[in-house]
Amino acid sequence: MSFQEVIFYLFSLALLLSAGAVVVSRNTIYSALFLILTFFTTSAIWLLLQAEFLAITLILVYVGAVMVLFLFVVMMLDVNLARLKEGFIQYLPVALLVLVVMAAEMIMVVGSDKFSTEAYPLPVPKPADYSNTKELGSVLYTDFVLQFEIAAVILLVAIIAAIALTMRRRPNTKYQSPAKQVMVKKEDRLRVVKMDSE
Amino acid sequence: MTLDALNISIARPEIFLLSMTCLLLVVDVFLKQSQRNASYLIAQISLIGSLVVIWMNMSGQRAEAFNGTFVVDPLADILKIFICAVVALVFVYSRDYLKDRNIFKGEFYVLGLFGVLGMMLMVSSNHMLTLYLGLELLSLSMYAMVAFNRESGTSAEAAMKYFILGAIASGMLLYGMSIVYGVTGSMNITEIAAAISTQGEMHIGLIFGLVFLIVGLSFKLGAVPFHMWVPDVYHGAPTTVTSYIASAPKIAGFAIMIRLLVEAMGSLQNEWQGMLMILAVLSLAVGNIIAIAQTNLKRMLAYSTISHVGFILLGLLAGTKAGYSSAMFYILVYSLMTLGGFGIILLLARAGFESEELKNLKGLNKRSPWFAFIMLIFMFSMAGVPPTVGFWAKLSVLSAVVEIKMLWLALIGVFFSIIGIYYYLRVIKLMYFDEPVETAQIDSSAGMQIALSFNGLIILFLGIYPGALMSLCFSVFAV
Repeated sequence: MSFQEVIFYLFSLALLLSAGAVVVSRNTIYSALFLILTFFTTSAIWLLLQAEFLAITLILVYVGAVMVLFLFVVMMLDVNLARLKEGFIQYLPVALLVLVVMAAEMIMVVGSDKFSTEAYPLPVPKPADYSNTKELGSVLYTDFVLQFEIAAVILLVAIIAAIALTMRRRPNTKYQSPAKQVMVKKEDRLRVVKMDSE
Repeated sequence: MTLDALNISIARPEIFLLSMTCLLLVVDVFLKQSQRNASYLIAQISLIGSLVVIWMNMSGQRAEAFNGTFVVDPLADILKIFICAVVALVFVYSRDYLKDRNIFKGEFYVLGLFGVLGMMLMVSSNHMLTLYLGLELLSLSMYAMVAFNRESGTSAEAAMKYFILGAIASGMLLYGMSIVYGVTGSMNITEIAAAISTQGEMHIGLIFGLVFLIVGLSFKLGAVPFHMWVPDVYHGAPTTVTSYIASAPKIAGFAIMIRLLVEAMGSLQNEWQGMLMILAVLSLAVGNIIAIAQTNLKRMLAYSTISHVGFILLGLLAGTKAGYSSAMFYILVYSLMTLGGFGIILLLARAGFESEELKNLKGLNKRSPWFAFIMLIFMFSMAGVPPTVGFWAKLSVLSAVVEIKMLWLALIGVFFSIIGIYYYLRVIKLMYFDEPVETAQIDSSAGMQIALSFNGLIILFLGIYPGALMSLCFSVFAV
């Protein structure tokens, strides 16, 4: 076994275990942290495939941004996990049975013998100065300019949808207006009442 | 690569629509609530304008752009014209409803138009990436539109269900696409077709990918057993949004079925024919039988949609030119008549009253003979009673199925449509033979009444003269 294969199996094992742990762990925070581990190991496997740009993007975007937001949501929602996991043990045997049958079927249909190296030759290793990022950049704005633009529109729709669904004006909310506070005069607040002394 | 090589000019309709939608987005911010009609007008101008641009762009030839990822052919032109026209009608129907519920906002139109853009991209896609991104653009707009009425709990629930099941469906579709890409080495639909036909021995991985593609597509179209979301979403969404979801996106769904199954994987027809057969028979059975038990008109129309999807799949699985064109004829007719059915619900609804139960239709003939008649046309058409166009749609699909020597399948189709006639006729019975419960006058705007009457009369007109639309559908398929 070459060094690369050792690395591959090591990270694949870690990937599978952590992905399973996301589902079974009792604590939502643990699940989220295991998901981060899943992303890390995935990106390590992508590095082995010489897709360094995607690997780094996965860490920056998913681990750096998405998962942090995810953790925030988990903290703020206070989901009652015990109720969600009700019936987990009860359905486990059936779920395991379905899982085993489906996995066996999938391995039979798309097992590694169907994608043998004769039919699908290994890609030629790239020279050391080959830049993945540069290659992606050269097709992203030319061959795939349409797809790039649609992706931008999808992000715009996501922004519009989020604002349309959550922004609301509450007329009776209590808030401070610094401008009004600064502009206030003595006459606005103070009323001098003349009274006879007794 | 030069700019000319991209051949951007054939995407003029999409570019026009995107620019107009962004304009609407900016203009809407500066409008007061009392001036909101301007947003509505801009939205309608965008749709009518895109329609005109598509019309002027029509060449009758197949042309590719953006490095072969985008295609414009007669099929795409016709479907896009129908999508724009149907959504324009949806917008006409929705104005009063939105105003009555204080959700008359520019975002409704912005999201609706972005959805149309997604549909147009789906229709014109010649690359799995374009297809998927168009589908996501459409789905994302629809999720937000379903939740548009923030005060309503059922809307939020429907949106959540729709979002989760839609995400699963997208995952299925993507997985199928990745397998097909792995086997053929290309995402371009023309190249996939070439790779499959030059392959000596059929690769089993292709069928594996095909299964996932069909599961994903069935989720989006709402074919049984992937229909669970349809009744809940149709029921929970505001009726305007339901009329949007039920009509135009189905046309786009038909288009991606044609692109993926027929154009990319046409040589695997023997494989997908069997899968579509199961989906079609189950959809016909479940849709028509469960619709009988419904008391809510929106849910009933949801199950009716499922049964119509079954018919469309029947046409597709025939795998002949007659089959594809009859399925296309059916989907175009379906979108018009479903739109009309929801239009009647919108017409009868008023502030604080939804009019979505079957019993609200009681005695409609006494309240408004004209609209009872229009509803009668829609119901007859959905049931497939001549002289409405629904009859010709069903007839052409069935004859395409009989032509490929599958008489038993056609008989199943006939059997379940006869069961289906029951619940359509029940609506007519309620309208004509029961005493009215509601007595309120119909006070919708004149524009809506004219548009709805026009919609109904088109169904009748096409039923008497179906030839032109049928030959149009027949002419766009080269097979």
